[in-house]
Amino acid sequence: MADATPVLRTRGMTRVLPGEVPVTLVEDISLSIRQGEFAVIMGPSGSGKSSLLYLLGLLDRPTSGQLWLDGEDTSGFDEDRLASIRLEKLGFVFQFHFLLAEFSAMDNVMLPMRKLGRLTEAQQRDRAHGLLADLGLDGHQHKRPGQMSGGQRQRVAIARALANDPLVILADEPTGALDTKSSIVVREILHDLAHRQNRTIIAVTHDPDFASAADRQIHIVDGRLTDNDAWRAEH
Amino acid sequence: MVSVHTQIALSHLTSRTRQTLVSLMGIVLGVAFFLAVSSLMRGSEQDFLDRLVNNQPHVTVSDEFRQAPVQPAERRFPGGAVEIRSVKPKTEVRGIRQYKSKLSQVDSIAGIQVAPVLAGQAIITFAGRDVGVTLSGVVPARMKGVSSIEKDITKGSLDDLDANPNGVIIGEGLAERYRISMGDNLLLASPKGQVRTLKVVGMFRTGNQAYDESQTFAALKRVQALMDRPNIANSFILRADDPYRARAIAAEIERRIGYKAVSWQEASEDIMSLLLVRNIIMYSVVLAILVVASFGIYNVISTVVLEKTRDIAILKSMGFHARDIRRIFVIEGAVVGAIGSLLGVLLGMFIMWVLVQIPIKPPGVAEVVKLPLYWGVDQFVLAIAFAMGSAVGAAWLPARKGGRVQPVDILRGAA
Ligand SMILES: Nc1ncnc2c1ncn2[C@@H]1O[C@H](COP(=O)(O)OP(=O)(O)OP(=O)(O)O)[C@@H](O)[C@H]1O
Ligand SMILES: [Mg+2]
Repeated sequence: MADATPVLRTRGMTRVLPGEVPVTLVEDISLSIRQGEFAVIMGPSGSGKSSLLYLLGLLDRPTSGQLWLDGEDTSGFDEDRLASIRLEKLGFVFQFHFLLAEFSAMDNVMLPMRKLGRLTEAQQRDRAHGLLADLGLDGHQHKRPGQMSGGQRQRVAIARALANDPLVILADEPTGALDTKSSIVVREILHDLAHRQNRTIIAVTHDPDFASAADRQIHIVDGRLTDNDAWRAEH
Repeated sequence: MVSVHTQIALSHLTSRTRQTLVSLMGIVLGVAFFLAVSSLMRGSEQDFLDRLVNNQPHVTVSDEFRQAPVQPAERRFPGGAVEIRSVKPKTEVRGIRQYKSKLSQVDSIAGIQVAPVLAGQAIITFAGRDVGVTLSGVVPARMKGVSSIEKDITKGSLDDLDANPNGVIIGEGLAERYRISMGDNLLLASPKGQVRTLKVVGMFRTGNQAYDESQTFAALKRVQALMDRPNIANSFILRADDPYRARAIAAEIERRIGYKAVSWQEASEDIMSLLLVRNIIMYSVVLAILVVASFGIYNVISTVVLEKTRDIAILKSMGFHARDIRRIFVIEGAVVGAIGSLLGVLLGMFIMWVLVQIPIKPPGVAEVVKLPLYWGVDQFVLAIAFAMGSAVGAAWLPARKGGRVQPVDILRGAA
């Protein structure tokens, strides 16, 4: 199970979209995700789940408050620095697969590895091939996204998220756009990653079956955590 | 394996084949047109310059001075407001005085050959008709080194002027017009009133009709006597081993002997500036073509950036930097530029080859000539540099825009 080191921690994190009428996406978020934890973020539509996930994934920056990833305070980091951290330490799975249409499954999975450049080309191929095989896509490695089903594509996206062996996987409704059968497969894969491989996963979901397997459920309403007080008491 | 940037760039270009081909065509035509025009313009320019250089002395020293001689009054009141009116020049014998010593001073300059000439007007009387001609007194041995007249001689030779001091060489044009034949005796009269009988020992044909009808040559000594100007030449004509050093040589001569020395470049200044204007026009037209071609590239890459914002967002979310995104699109421009340059060079060379096949017949010349084309490497380098520059430049703006895409903006919109 999860060990006690917080891999991701925020304090008083607020994100306001500027404009004529400023919109507060999330407000005063303080939470801590431990190494190996499988957390789901739940809440009504429009409550700020995605917004929170983007902040946790360093895709967006808080208007105020702080965020530590792997012990590092990321406030004040510039865009390039954040991109480098995303490359090395984070993996994303979105509701829509977001694969490059002209690239094969293999090539899509290899993208982050090639950008990082830590493995040789042969090692990258082996790893991409293996990741896809592990997710039940053996024999589909050279297909393009257009030649695959929605569930298969989402598995390619998961393999891509795992490419650089990230510290945290962030998923935004990964089963949200899939049919029942495919969504069960994807759900099982993420559960497996969390429990057997002890990966840190933060996933936004509406699916109670998905959520029930999580170590922890974070509830958000109108951009605020409902269990904030409980967490504060804990720390 | 190609870099990940290149692979993505190529996938974008191949996903929009038709638009890519259209923008490619722009570059191809731009480069090909550039090469065809430039090779033609520069070829004809070179040809023209060669003719200019070969058909006139590289430097002509005349019996004039660049600055008017200082007047005694000015010497008396230096810097004063001296105005001299009604200067009556005394009748002096014009020409380069003591030409032999001046000649040896010029002769000592390296890399040149020089010949003294005394030219003047003369009237030929033959078979009862009078005709005015230019009579040039030359030293055959020296003349051969500085003028192409030797190779235009059709009958006899320049050296015959040495062998026969009373010999004269005339143009075939004059001969045909007045039915003069080799060996005929002509009566030559100078403005000084001297009259001599000279024998036709040679004929030449340069192709320049006026010249062939009015120019005659005789031995320098004979002409000096005829013109009553012993030991005087009125010009030196020079040929330099390197014609493009003529300006420097002319300056050196003026420094040494004081007489005005005019290089062929100075003599043809109007033509030279015309050539410059021609080049400016050519390069602006060609530049304009490439600017138009670069709009095509700008267009295709802008479209790709717009179309692929989602891809850009996902690449950036997985950790690609803004500069990676920029590089992808700049590569797209560079690829179009490079392929366009290559095909453009091939097409350009084909057009040049076709141009060379065209026979042209300039008026007054019997032989059929080919268009003079310039095949120098520098114009290929220039064409490719222009093409690559405009292609990469055109890609840069959309590339920057692509680099600025914020993944959250796209994700918020898509979710
Ligand atoms: N660009 C934007 N401009 C204005 N308001 C926005 C913008 N993006 C999001 N919002 C608002 O911010 C709030 C939070 O949006 P968010 O997408 O985080 O909700 P969510 O919990 O992920 O919803 P869903 O379950 O539908 O995905 C919503 O009320 C939304 O209307
Ligand atoms: Mg959402």
